Amino acid sequence: MVAANPEIPLARPLVSPSIVTRLHGLVVTVDHKKLGLMYIASALFFLVVAGLMASVIRLQLALPNNNIVAPDTFNRLFTVHGTAMVFFVGMPIVAGLSNYLVPLMIGARDMAFPRLNAFGYWMFLFGAALLFFSYIGAPGLSGHGSAPDVGWFAYAPLTGRAFSRGNSTDYWTLCLLVSGIGSLSSAVNVIATAFGMRSPGMTLMRMPLFVWMMVVVSAMMFIVIPPLTAAQIMLLIDRFLGGNFFNTQSGGSAVLWQHFFWIFGHPEVYVLMIPGFACASEIIPVFSRKPIFGYSAMVGATTMIAFVSMGVWAHHMFSMGMTSVGNTFFMISTMAISVPTGIKIFNWLATMYGGKIRFELPMLCCLAFLFQFLIAGLTGIMLAAVPFDWHLTDTYFVVAHFHYVLIGGMLFCIFGGIYYWFPKATGRMLNKTLGLWHVALFFIGFHLTFDTMHIPGLLGMPRRIYTYDPGRGWELLNLITSIGVVFQIVGIACLAWNLIRSLRKGEKAGDDPWDAWTLEWATTSPPPEYNFETVPPVRSARPLWDLKHPEDPDWKYE
Amino acid sequence: MINADRLNLPYTSAEWSLPSSRKVAITSLIVTESAMFSIFVVAYVYYIGKSLTGPYPAEVLETPIVSTICLLASSLTIVLAERSFKRESIGAFRLWWSTTILLAAVFLGSTAAEWKRLIVDHHLTISTNLFGTTFYSLVGLHASHVIVGLTLLTLVLVLSLKKSIRKADGERIEMLSWYWHFVDGVWVVVFTVVYVIGR
Amino acid sequence: MFFALGLSASPAFADGASSVTNIFKPDGAPARAIFDYTMLVLAVCAVIFVIVVGLLVYTVTRFRHRREDDGQEPPQVYGSNQIELAWTVIPIIIVFVLTLVTARTIAEVQNAVPPPKALKVTVVGHQWWWEIRYPDLGVVTANELHVPVSDPAQPRPTFLKLESADVAHSFWIPQLAGKTDVIPNRDNSMWIEPVTPGTYLGNCAEYCGTQHARMLIRVIVHPQGEFENWVAAQKPDSATDTNLVAAQKPDSATDTQVKAGRDVFFSTSCVNCHTINGTEANGKFGPDLTHLMSRQTLGSGAALNTPEKLRAWVRNPQNLKPGCYMPDMQLTDEEMDQLVRYLLTLN
Repeated sequence: MVAANPEIPLARPLVSPSIVTRLHGLVVTVDHKKLGLMYIASALFFLVVAGLMASVIRLQLALPNNNIVAPDTFNRLFTVHGTAMVFFVGMPIVAGLSNYLVPLMIGARDMAFPRLNAFGYWMFLFGAALLFFSYIGAPGLSGHGSAPDVGWFAYAPLTGRAFSRGNSTDYWTLCLLVSGIGSLSSAVNVIATAFGMRSPGMTLMRMPLFVWMMVVVSAMMFIVIPPLTAAQIMLLIDRFLGGNFFNTQSGGSAVLWQHFFWIFGHPEVYVLMIPGFACASEIIPVFSRKPIFGYSAMVGATTMIAFVSMGVWAHHMFSMGMTSVGNTFFMISTMAISVPTGIKIFNWLATMYGGKIRFELPMLCCLAFLFQFLIAGLTGIMLAAVPFDWHLTDTYFVVAHFHYVLIGGMLFCIFGGIYYWFPKATGRMLNKTLGLWHVALFFIGFHLTFDTMHIPGLLGMPRRIYTYDPGRGWELLNLITSIGVVFQIVGIACLAWNLIRSLRKGEKAGDDPWDAWTLEWATTSPPPEYNFETVPPVRSARPLWDLKHPEDPDWKYE
Repeated sequence: MINADRLNLPYTSAEWSLPSSRKVAITSLIVTESAMFSIFVVAYVYYIGKSLTGPYPAEVLETPIVSTICLLASSLTIVLAERSFKRESIGAFRLWWSTTILLAAVFLGSTAAEWKRLIVDHHLTISTNLFGTTFYSLVGLHASHVIVGLTLLTLVLVLSLKKSIRKADGERIEMLSWYWHFVDGVWVVVFTVVYVIGR
Repeated sequence: MFFALGLSASPAFADGASSVTNIFKPDGAPARAIFDYTMLVLAVCAVIFVIVVGLLVYTVTRFRHRREDDGQEPPQVYGSNQIELAWTVIPIIIVFVLTLVTARTIAEVQNAVPPPKALKVTVVGHQWWWEIRYPDLGVVTANELHVPVSDPAQPRPTFLKLESADVAHSFWIPQLAGKTDVIPNRDNSMWIEPVTPGTYLGNCAEYCGTQHARMLIRVIVHPQGEFENWVAAQKPDSATDTNLVAAQKPDSATDTQVKAGRDVFFSTSCVNCHTINGTEANGKFGPDLTHLMSRQTLGSGAALNTPEKLRAWVRNPQNLKPGCYMPDMQLTDEEMDQLVRYLLTLN
């Protein structure tokens, strides 16, 4: 392990800075670590906000013919919940993790473009502000509107001037345009950093898998976010300049919006999920005490997923009335993507096989991820099965499926990442008991809610309905689904309390509490502003393993 | 950065070379913008022949030969400007660079004239029909990128006249020229789709 | 998938039409084709689940770190090309087989050709009700699709053309067929072929605005011979209608309240949105009311069609279906009673 040189004192201020100074420091910072933590903190904040919105939705749906909220309020709730979760929770977590960890993992001092990094963060925050401001700002002079209520994928022509009065839809469009620019800035930075700032000896095939996956995700963003931007510009032209892109009365096509949106929307969910894979690919090897099984296969599989994911978009449109040829093509591509995804699951299993698995919190989260992601993938195959999808699409089965992927898959990996890297970022361990309470309660709540949620879909319950009649067989199932939310809320509260408490009172972590092998563990916890005093030599994918086991280094087997 | 010679590595600093961040960034930008333009092109192509009312492309479009030649020539002049910069003949650099700006301005002026003709004489606006919407959106998106490029080119010219540009800025100027080539490349596509195929 | 298998086997959900619209209780050809195919898909998924979860549980149990461990790191295995190949090839084979079966079922359902005796119906989706037209029969109605039962020996399917008057909707009767979207400026089509009479429930399945939740559908499948009776009663020149028209003549000997109610209807803006055959009311924005009382529900499923609910609807539709496009007509109590009496005659 590399220790700090005692002859060079670490710079510390004599007097603790005031809160104003600290806040000012955050506003003007271009340090990737601070920005990374700001991204993640903001994302967790919006997770709580959007999660509370979901709780109101579940409260409304717990009983038939309920009237906790009016129909319009409900429609705004699910729209803002979905938009916020994807763009202001998922995307900033991706940006935050990559901005914090990529330079540390490649032995660099900062990102390639620190000011662009800051720009990206503030664009994201401004976008989020726009979305929530719409509650009060959108009514404007005419009194129409409020928060957007067109669903997070905003199908045309419901979003046209005729059907969406006031400015609520415009707030939706603008908040995503603005935060999309932020996401692209972050993506440029990650690619430039990973390609241009690696420590000597770190070839591309010696980068941690985490970095590889963030590179793939960033490259995807370049190709995938512009279609959304383009479609939104077209929507703005329709709404403000009388354009006819999606105006069905003048020959425009509502279906074109769907194509453009899903060309963005499907790869987007992989943009959200692959960083979860990235966390798992770092955590599972360390807690199995073995290197990842099949490093090149993992790189190849991730790249394949990225490519194929750009050719499956119309599986969101199987009921739209495409010809049987069109439906068949997208069915084939969607089924095909299960192959590289399955390869990854098998590789993770093989990493654990023959190892010595330690059930620390990061690993528990990843084990839950493996189980849940398998189920999510299988329901995905059911959705790819087009005739079955003609029933399942646009029902609570799909809602259950994608929450399974995003919460059961991605969020559990993020929890794992938080437990794994919080010690590095703060120098303190998270409390294990509180952590176990969080994971256990959240696991129970997640399964109560989302396992049950599949069934109303099979019994005919469509999505985005603010209420339902009794007698359809949905009542008890919805009630159980809603009860699960309580467990999830308490679980998240445990996590929040753990985070706050451990900042002050957590056990000191040291440089390398998990006995891990990538470069970020070769500096202090938290790292100094310049990241590394000296970067260890990089001759394999696990530089610290080589240092700790000079008799059996990885580079002997490359 | 780290002096790799001190550490017993198979690579020395001389051998360890990495791509330039600037080149990676501009390439990423070009990829992103290409993706965006593709969607507008797809929309244009999808709506060819689908306008419910006139005016129709064949009736009102006139092939912009002169402005196209100007814009494509500007790609040539910018290459000449870059070569002059590398040879450190600043006078030639400023000459070719100004020519590039001039050609771009001619292109923009010609586009403006064409739009005026379409709007005033033929009553084709962005809201008239599907052709109007897709035409002005696609050509306008391209023109907006030309304007951004023109602004940056002018900025560089001004800085050069103020003698604020040094040899080390060569890569930055090269990146701007890459952007400019991209804008010209997009015009080739737009021209083909709108004035050749679409009519 | 275990839930699904349970649902299909459950005795609580009877065969035929049910208020519990279980997709595993199909009725009729397209739904059955989807059901049979679905069972195969579920079986494949179940097998994969059992195998992978088994591997996961085994791995986690067998290779957990034990307290009495010697503290050495386990053998560091980097990968294996043969194993990678194996778990690439096997999934590819599974996927290949699945795609073949799926393609066949897609074609079977989507490319069906209507036989000459097929009933043709045009369904037009509106914000938040369904217009149902029978072009060959000259019948226009709303929110309930009446079709004849089909005999497997002599199939009589119903082919639906789906159009939208405003935004995107989706037509879904879970027990009879998969859903098909209803999109403006696009003609979609689907077919059903129910073999058991009854009332089948469904929902609009594409978010279409405020009252998407209350844009319900009923498909009433008539037993042999009764469909023709229903058509006869619905036609513009039907006996029922002739009575109606006669009843509406100013000098006809009917209830004065009904006549007063008719006057209310024709003097307020009801006629701008609604059609009643044989009268000047020719509005197309709202549902056709000619045979209003022959329907099971009001407001496309917002309420059951009883006199009390009808009164409540006319009093203020916003109470039963907030946000729908029928305004509170601001009628006095007396006008309301009369209007309802009139509407109750529209059989």
